[in-house]
Amino acid sequence: MKNTLLIANRGEIACRVIRTARALGWKTVAVYSDADARALHVRLADTAVRIGAAPASESYLRQDAVLDAARRTGAQFIHPGYGFLAENAAFARACEENNITFVGPTAAAIDAMGDKSAAKHRMEAAGVPCLPGYHDEDQSDAALLTAARQIGFPVLLKPSAGGGGKGMHIVHSEADLPALLETARREARGAFGDDRMLIEKYLERARHVEIQVFRDTHGNAVYLFERDCSVQRRHQKIIEEAPAPGVDDALRTRMGEAAVQAADAIEYRGAGTVEFLLAPDHAFYFMEMNTRLQVEHPVTEMITGQDLVAWQLAVALGDTLPLRQEALSIRGHAVEARLYAEDPDRGFLPSIGAYRNVHFPDTEDGLRIDSAILPGTAGVVSAHYDPMLAKVIAWGQDRPAAVARLADALAQIQVPGITTNAPFNQAILQHPAFQAADLSTRFLEDHEISTALSEQTLERALAAAAIATVQALSNRSLAADPCSPWARIEGWQLNAPAQIHLRLCRGDVVHDVRLLPSDCMGTFQVEDTGLQGHMEGEQVVLEASGVRRAIRACVQDADVTVFMPEGPVHLTHWQADASGSHAEEDGACHAPMSGTIVAIVAEAGTDVARGDSLVVMEAMKMEHTLRAPAAGRVQAVLCAVGELVQEGQTLLELEESE
Amino acid sequence: MPVIESKIDRNSETFQSNAAAMRALVNDLHEKVAVNAAGGGEKAVAKHVAKGKLPPRERVRQLLDPGAPFLELSQLAAWEAYEDFVPAGGCITGIGRVEGRECLIVANDATVKGGTYYPLSVKKHLRAQAIAAQNRLPCIYLVDSGGANLPRQDEVFPDREHFGRIFFNQANMSAQGIPQIAVVMGSCTAGGAYVPAMADESIIVKGTGTIFLAGPPLVKAATGEEVSAEELGGAEVHTKVSGVADHYAENDAHALALARRCVANLAGAKQAPAGLLTGSVTEPLYPAEDIYGILPQELRQPYDVREIIARLVDGSAFDEFKRNYGTTLVCGFAALHGVRIGIIANNGILFSESALKGAHFIELCTQRGIPLLFLQNITGFMVGKKYEAGGIAKDGAKLVTAVACARVPKFTVLIGGSFGAGNYGMCGRAYEPRFLFSWPNSRISVMGGEQAAGVLTDVRSASLAARGNPWDDADREAYRAEIISQYEHQGHPYYATARLWDDGVIDPAQTRSVLGLALSATLNAPVESTRFGVFRM
Repeated sequence: MKNTLLIANRGEIACRVIRTARALGWKTVAVYSDADARALHVRLADTAVRIGAAPASESYLRQDAVLDAARRTGAQFIHPGYGFLAENAAFARACEENNITFVGPTAAAIDAMGDKSAAKHRMEAAGVPCLPGYHDEDQSDAALLTAARQIGFPVLLKPSAGGGGKGMHIVHSEADLPALLETARREARGAFGDDRMLIEKYLERARHVEIQVFRDTHGNAVYLFERDCSVQRRHQKIIEEAPAPGVDDALRTRMGEAAVQAADAIEYRGAGTVEFLLAPDHAFYFMEMNTRLQVEHPVTEMITGQDLVAWQLAVALGDTLPLRQEALSIRGHAVEARLYAEDPDRGFLPSIGAYRNVHFPDTEDGLRIDSAILPGTAGVVSAHYDPMLAKVIAWGQDRPAAVARLADALAQIQVPGITTNAPFNQAILQHPAFQAADLSTRFLEDHEISTALSEQTLERALAAAAIATVQALSNRSLAADPCSPWARIEGWQLNAPAQIHLRLCRGDVVHDVRLLPSDCMGTFQVEDTGLQGHMEGEQVVLEASGVRRAIRACVQDADVTVFMPEGPVHLTHWQADASGSHAEEDGACHAPMSGTIVAIVAEAGTDVARGDSLVVMEAMKMEHTLRAPAAGRVQAVLCAVGELVQEGQTLLELEESE
Repeated sequence: MPVIESKIDRNSETFQSNAAAMRALVNDLHEKVAVNAAGGGEKAVAKHVAKGKLPPRERVRQLLDPGAPFLELSQLAAWEAYEDFVPAGGCITGIGRVEGRECLIVANDATVKGGTYYPLSVKKHLRAQAIAAQNRLPCIYLVDSGGANLPRQDEVFPDREHFGRIFFNQANMSAQGIPQIAVVMGSCTAGGAYVPAMADESIIVKGTGTIFLAGPPLVKAATGEEVSAEELGGAEVHTKVSGVADHYAENDAHALALARRCVANLAGAKQAPAGLLTGSVTEPLYPAEDIYGILPQELRQPYDVREIIARLVDGSAFDEFKRNYGTTLVCGFAALHGVRIGIIANNGILFSESALKGAHFIELCTQRGIPLLFLQNITGFMVGKKYEAGGIAKDGAKLVTAVACARVPKFTVLIGGSFGAGNYGMCGRAYEPRFLFSWPNSRISVMGGEQAAGVLTDVRSASLAARGNPWDDADREAYRAEIISQYEHQGHPYYATARLWDDGVIDPAQTRSVLGLALSATLNAPVESTRFGVFRM
């Protein structure tokens, strides 16, 4: 019977695991929520099982549903991917109990590493260098303060049960501790239901360098070198690379061996990552061990030429590791950027919504894109899941080559309808500090990453947006009325050259663009720019002094996204809006008719939003609610419950806020 | 359909010099139009904008669908007609698309004498309304006017075609279901107050829009009451208390958006009769600019009008009717931007046969509901004993009867001379073509200047001789020259267009577009059937 692998995950990692498993001749089973019924991982797998509604808690986190899916499809193996059930010891245990091989470590190993404080103690005992810290059960304020003093400020306050940076705070001085402790405990309670804290020495300018380890069931262990994941925002990795710049062979060996020691200490099984903080003096300290395949594993695959999922499956089958340590070596350099549907200009808020006709650069030797989105397709970024759209990984002979290649690939990414961090990532890659490999986990706090457009880029983007907008208007108009000269969007006027004046907004900034049709073939001069352009499919071809540039511009109603090499530029075709009219109010609310006051909802001094109820009155056997005409504060209430008021009588005074 | 084969030689000296001469005329036209389009000048515009108002042309632009054509009418109204310079007659009129629907727009230009109505402003406004009424185009009035020009009240107020007619038209168009929408973007005083009040729907802009029968000074004089313009007739009072206006706008842009929404809410889209549409549009085979070189510099010089038709109609295809009969009048079927049309074009003086052929062709078109285009370049009907005896007056009358009674949409372009009874037979202004445009080389008068000078000189000479007074040659020549000069001045297209004898002087190279737009606009009204008067046989 064929080996059957169920992938208890979604998105790019599910697709990535399925590809290797199929290549190895395994049968694959996908599970999916209602939101993912047409997702790529469902289509790639041999079989797919629906496991519940869109929210992860009702589908991908449901152990019973996943196990049931495995039973129904005869899957003997479950690969958890990352996230969801990947580091859930109870699930690993449940798999074992159901005679299903969990492609990952034992439940005991997960448990051992799951509690950060306990893990530290074990690592210290195993001789793995750890940061000076406090991991005791005594959680009193006094105990924590004493510990912090002993370690020496600055210190890092971390939830014992935590991960992903939630509830983590840097405490620079003793004075800050009480307040931050309270905040951290509250956050930890909210996120993990556990407010125990640990304290660690905080290293200035430390780097996040992690070691990929593998250990089989026969006790063989190797390390597949390191990854530098220092570039993080809010403790989330966004750029990862391997090998870590500035790590020499001696340090690499020391760190690798320490990581293997860590794995041995807990009799680890499969793929794991031991995360270290690397100080500028090359001292390194154990942070934690991730007991799963990491998001950033492809950079390791690119420099070692190994398929880590294939290794995982070999270990799961009980085989020995495919290669011994001596047979492993590093070739070239690889860098990964995580492409998120998020807006770096708005505090990295997820950009939820529909995208269409996605464009990714062609993958070739040395460029890899792991994604559940196929080029040319449309879809939705759902609020239910992590908004990562893709991982873009570039390989080069050396670091500069890999970085340049990745930047070039990011420049070609187009996700119409969605704001992505591609330009932000590009700007990081092009930042002098990044290029000089001057890395630390505070990289983004220390360096201003500017995605501001040059004047020339903006000018071209506006030109392209204007031409694409006119084309869209014209298509729409002619579709409704193909022959009428009135339907031609050419800016025709009598006894004067044709001209189309468009107002394009970028955020709050308004740009006026004038297009002068220069022939009947759809070529436009862009006034005051020296640019001219025309449409070819979805591309605007711009010409300036003989140089041609093709720029993709996507129009959706009034919104235009222009994909410039520096990143997408979002513009809106401005037209006055008929909505939003509300006659000026004098700040007083009057009775619309004579009647009795039934209730006063907003007392004097209350802050109200527009549309909030203020006073309820009864007249003609009907209740009427007076609502705030604008946001503001109630200054005075001039009526009382039960009072009979006359039409037009002032009931309440409202001071509008700006 | 047969295609006209052009026989012109673009490299010939005549063509080149003709083209240069016409380009000079077109450039002059463009300059004059630009001067008029600038309104009351920089200072007045700056003052206007400082009040938070949009310049009138910007208002029109924001009202219209972006990038859609605007067929402006009477661009040179009142040009050199008064001692005061009244650019474009103080208002902008034209047809443009709003929410995909062709509308007629009248926008006062408050930068020109406060937007007050000169006699020719009234004429321009009424002409625009007439076009709206004939073609059933919704009307949008962007009102910003001080009302009638008081010093000229005798030419503005009392008569049938004066100020009051504006409201008469509003009421009657509304009665016919032609929507009337007013946007009050400035003052609307006295008579002007009736534009929004008579409208089906009206919008008023906060702060700048006011409507009242009598402004604050008049109120104070009459009753002693002191009141601000805003309190007396601003947006607040009219949208909340009086109900004179329906929609409250925060500013000009908002008001125009509201006007667009009013149009979007109109029912009853345009339905062109399917039989009139060819279903496709092909550009002419020859460039429109050729017309510059084809037109002789002297109206007297003949040329083949088919060369012009070839540059106007779809695919240069033209199916001629009675090609070998009455050859000085070219008649035939063609299409313009996908709409079937019958063309009647002068190719020389009118004879009895040409007149009969024209009348016959008009009957064909009215019976089939096909619109008619007249390309007018006519010195008149043939004269002389033979022709009078042959009944040319009778045959000419048949043509005039046919033209007068034809109820299909008619369009006239003065492409050359428009003299005497030829003007009637070829659908001059009095024959109510839906639109009438002139080329910059055209001339219009009861007869040619030289002929008129000849006749008047002979009459005066005879009269002087009868009284025994001699008339020396120098005086005689001076008299002649003065008459020629007067005819030249009054027959000039700028003189004509300033007085609204046409709907605008147009660049010949834009004629196809202008006619295409005008023709399409007329299809907003159903094509009526025709009943002719008695044809004298």
